[in-house]
Amino acid sequence: MAYSEKVLDHFKNPKNVGTLDKNSKTVGTGLVGAPECGDVMRLQIEVDEESGIIKDARFKTFGCGSAIASSSLATEWLKGKTLEEAESIDNMAIVEELALPPVKIHCSVLAEDAIKAAIKDYQSKNVDKLVNA
Amino acid sequence: MIPYFYQHPGNAASRNHPFGWEAESAVDHAREQIAKLLNVDDKEIIFTSGATESDNLAIKGVFEMYKSKGNHIITLTTEHKAVLDSCMRVESMGGEVTYLEVLSNGRVDLAALEAAIRPSTIMISIMWANNETGVIQPMKEIGDICAKHGVLFMSDATQAVGKIPTNPKEVGVHLMAFTGHKMYGPKGIGVLFVNRKNPRVKVTAQMDGGGHERGMRSGTLNVPGIVGMGKAAELAMHEMSADAEKVSKLRDRLEKAFMTNIEETYINGDVNNRMPHVTNISFKHVEGEGLMMTFNQEIGVSSGSACTSASLEPSYVLVALGLGDDLAHSSIRFSLGRFTTDEEIDYAIEAITKGVQHMRDLSPIWEMYKEGIDIESVQWSAH
Repeated sequence: MAYSEKVLDHFKNPKNVGTLDKNSKTVGTGLVGAPECGDVMRLQIEVDEESGIIKDARFKTFGCGSAIASSSLATEWLKGKTLEEAESIDNMAIVEELALPPVKIHCSVLAEDAIKAAIKDYQSKNVDKLVNA
Repeated sequence: MIPYFYQHPGNAASRNHPFGWEAESAVDHAREQIAKLLNVDDKEIIFTSGATESDNLAIKGVFEMYKSKGNHIITLTTEHKAVLDSCMRVESMGGEVTYLEVLSNGRVDLAALEAAIRPSTIMISIMWANNETGVIQPMKEIGDICAKHGVLFMSDATQAVGKIPTNPKEVGVHLMAFTGHKMYGPKGIGVLFVNRKNPRVKVTAQMDGGGHERGMRSGTLNVPGIVGMGKAAELAMHEMSADAEKVSKLRDRLEKAFMTNIEETYINGDVNNRMPHVTNISFKHVEGEGLMMTFNQEIGVSSGSACTSASLEPSYVLVALGLGDDLAHSSIRFSLGRFTTDEEIDYAIEAITKGVQHMRDLSPIWEMYKEGIDIESVQWSAH
């Protein structure tokens, strides 16, 4: 099975690889998957406190090329989005953008799970803000 | 081989015209070439379509032929699927099969093997060398156990024939399956060696038809394939020991470079009893399929990690060696050959070292490991 050009590009030149301070109140971290399944994705967002907009997004992924491409693409899409917009990112949009074959759809599901987990983590750190808002 | 597609298109079973004679004599010659490589009688060579068919014929064929004597077969969990699935078929036909665990070096536990033999045991099926790790089994010792208990010894020797000496009679193997394309021959042609004397072994044919190949395998013979495989056997006779020496040196150099250049690298399987051309290596916290993608435009290897929605299971062979699922997912099998060069090894060392670095830079578990976090203690979300 050949990988699509877009998967290859994200794999060779992954966007936004890195680590944000997971203890920071403005950072949300999502860690999904398991080493024994051959896929672990860690996706982090940094939210601007004033505007509530995601100003930075980083990832690290242990997995196949499609898993790495899915998370790389997710970080690109997250930047500049509100949490609400980020929450609505659908795995099938990732499948479409990267032309993932059926056997790799779970990679996109994992990316969606990671986005949701990161948002949830951020929100749990900032419950007071949600209440005030 | 090529002339037997066009200039000499005869059917080896056509006994009444020169085209048939020509084909028959080419087949006879190839049969002798292959028999010579194994040091067996040419009447003991049964041509099939490949090792999968040979495995099927041996296991189901023996089960059917010998069921009045018993219904029990012993094999290993690390066998090729062609053996394991044939054994499962035997179970569905009323047979009983013991799938023995292996030691952590990939070799059979001889005491456990002997203990597993029952009065109803008719056959032990253990591969000569493993396809994923290259680990060679203690063939003579297994053969002695089989002889002592009057049990047939079948071996899938696909990985071994033509690369190391494989004389079935020397080690007490009664049935031996192998294929052309693993010994530099063509695809679509295989052999089942069936011992003819002491004991005279018979298998029930798995295809009904013209009764070719001494009634054990019906079907018009694949003459070009047979000629090609015969030639490959003849070449192997001459090249085998020089090949093994050359290839094992290259393999050892590759391994040593990885072990020196890349931390947390593990060789899987018994390094003292191994095929000269194979190495199976785990690069910790790097997923194998992803790693392959860093260099698979140029280097062909395979990974014990299959990341598909149908199967997230890593290699069952490596898991049977006691590797955790994560190290199994991090494994790459390198297979070298007669035509591998020094330059290619240099290239592979550089490309793969870089690839591992790239993947570890991307790996959250490598980062956690480096921070001293116990990966085992992390609550993972299964999916």
